[in-house]
Amino acid sequence: MIAIIDYGVGNLFSLRSSFAAIGEEAIVTNDETVLDRADHIILPGVGAFGDAVRKLRESGMDREVLKQAASGKPVLGICVGMQLLFDKDYEYGEYDGLGLVPGEVRAISEYIDRDLKIPHIGWNALRLTGSSPLFDGIIDGDHVYFVHSYAAFGCEAYTTAVTEYSCTLTAAVQNGNVYGTQFHPEKSGNTGLRILKNFCGI
Amino acid sequence: MITKRIIPCLDVRDGRVVKGVNFQGLNDVSSPVELADYYSRCGADELVFYDITASAEGRRLFTDILREVASHVFIPLTVGGGINTVEDFDRVLKCGADKVSVNSGAIRNPGLIREAARKYGNQCVVLSADVKRVNGEYRVFARGGRDDTGLEAVSWIRRGVELGAGEIVLNSIDTDGVKNGFDLEMLKAVSEAVNVPVIASGGAGCIRDFVTLFKMLPKVDAGLAASIFHFGEVSISELKTVLAENGIASRCTVHKSSQAF
Repeated sequence: MIAIIDYGVGNLFSLRSSFAAIGEEAIVTNDETVLDRADHIILPGVGAFGDAVRKLRESGMDREVLKQAASGKPVLGICVGMQLLFDKDYEYGEYDGLGLVPGEVRAISEYIDRDLKIPHIGWNALRLTGSSPLFDGIIDGDHVYFVHSYAAFGCEAYTTAVTEYSCTLTAAVQNGNVYGTQFHPEKSGNTGLRILKNFCGI
Repeated sequence: MITKRIIPCLDVRDGRVVKGVNFQGLNDVSSPVELADYYSRCGADELVFYDITASAEGRRLFTDILREVASHVFIPLTVGGGINTVEDFDRVLKCGADKVSVNSGAIRNPGLIREAARKYGNQCVVLSADVKRVNGEYRVFARGGRDDTGLEAVSWIRRGVELGAGEIVLNSIDTDGVKNGFDLEMLKAVSEAVNVPVIASGGAGCIRDFVTLFKMLPKVDAGLAASIFHFGEVSISELKTVLAENGIASRCTVHKSSQAF
C-alpha cells in the first residue's frame, strides 16, 4: 500500500487517481499507524514552499517523513514535496528543509535568462544523468510536466535527471531510499505513470 | 526547452460535448470522458473544458464528468465557464482540474484573480480574454463575446497578470471560426506585453496555421482549437510530426516508454 501524506496542501485527486490507474492501492493519510503499515510513502506538494513547510510542521508530518525515511522505506517527494527534502530552501525567506538530500532550493530566476518565463511551466525533456530504478524504461528526451519557480541546486551527486531551461535544472534526485521529482509524474501522461509504477516496484 | 503545447478545447453543456464531432473508432463522440481519453492518447498536451451549462443541475453534472475525466486522463486539465468566485475555483479543483480559467467573472470583479492566485498560486489562474477590434483598438468582450466592455485588451491583460494570472488565453473574435489562421497581429501585441505563457485561440484551419504561429511568434506557448480537432480536419499526431519537421519542439509521445501503459 502507498501512503500519500496529507498535510493540508494542494490537490491530491490526480495523484490518487494515477495510482488507481496503475493498479496500486494508495491512501491519502496523516495517520501514523497507516504510514507505519505503508510500503511506500509519497510526499506531495503544490503551491508555495513556505506554506508547505509550515503546514508540514504544524501537522507533525515532518517528523513522520523523517521516521519513515529512516526505516528504509522508499519515500518519493513530488514537486514542492521534493523541495522539502533538501537542507535549505530560500522560497519566501530561508527555511530549514528536512535534510534528507544534501543541497538547497533557490529561485530559478537567479539562474535563467532574464527573458524566460517564470514559473517554468509545461512539458520539458528529461536527460538522465545516473541510473535510478525510478527511470526504468524511460529514455533521454521523454517529456514530463513541470510547474515550478524554485529548483534544487548544489545536489549534483544525488541528481538522477535534469532538464534544460537556458540553464540545467534538477529534475530528479535520489539519496538511498529517498527519491524526488521536480516534475509531476501524475500529470506527465504515460511516461509519468511508468515512473510511478517503477517507484511502486522499488 | 519547454515545448509548444497543442490544446483541444471541449465545450460541455448538460454533460455532453457541444459542437458535433466526427471521429471513427469512438462509440460516443459527445462523451467528454471518451473524447478526453481519445485526445490524450493522440498526444494532446493539455485539455481545456468549458462549462457552458446554465443550470445548477448542469453544473453538478459537469463536476461529476470532470472527476471522471481526471480519473482517467493524466495530462493537465484546465476548466473554464461560470467561474465567478473562489468557491467556483474550489469546486473544480477538487474534481481534478489543475488550472481554472476566468473571463467575464474577472471583468466583473478583477479582485477574483488576486484572491484565487493567493490561495492556489499564479500557475492555477488562467485569464481568458475574448478580444475584437473596435475603432482601431483591441477591445475586450464579455459574456461569450456578446458585450463590449470598453476595456482595452493589452492593458486589461497586463493588469490581469499583475493581479496574479499565470497564463493568458487570447481568443480573437475577429478570426474565430474563419479558419484562415491565428490572429498573429493581436497575439504579437499581447505576447510582447506580458511575461507569462500566452495560448493562441481562434482561427486555426489547418496544420500550416500552427507552424506559422510558432515560427512567427516564438513567444506564444500554445495553440488551442476546437472544431478542427473534433471534426478530424487536423490530427494532433500529424500536427506534431509537421511541427518537428519544421524544427518546432513539441512533446513526443512515440517513445517506447510512452507506450508502456
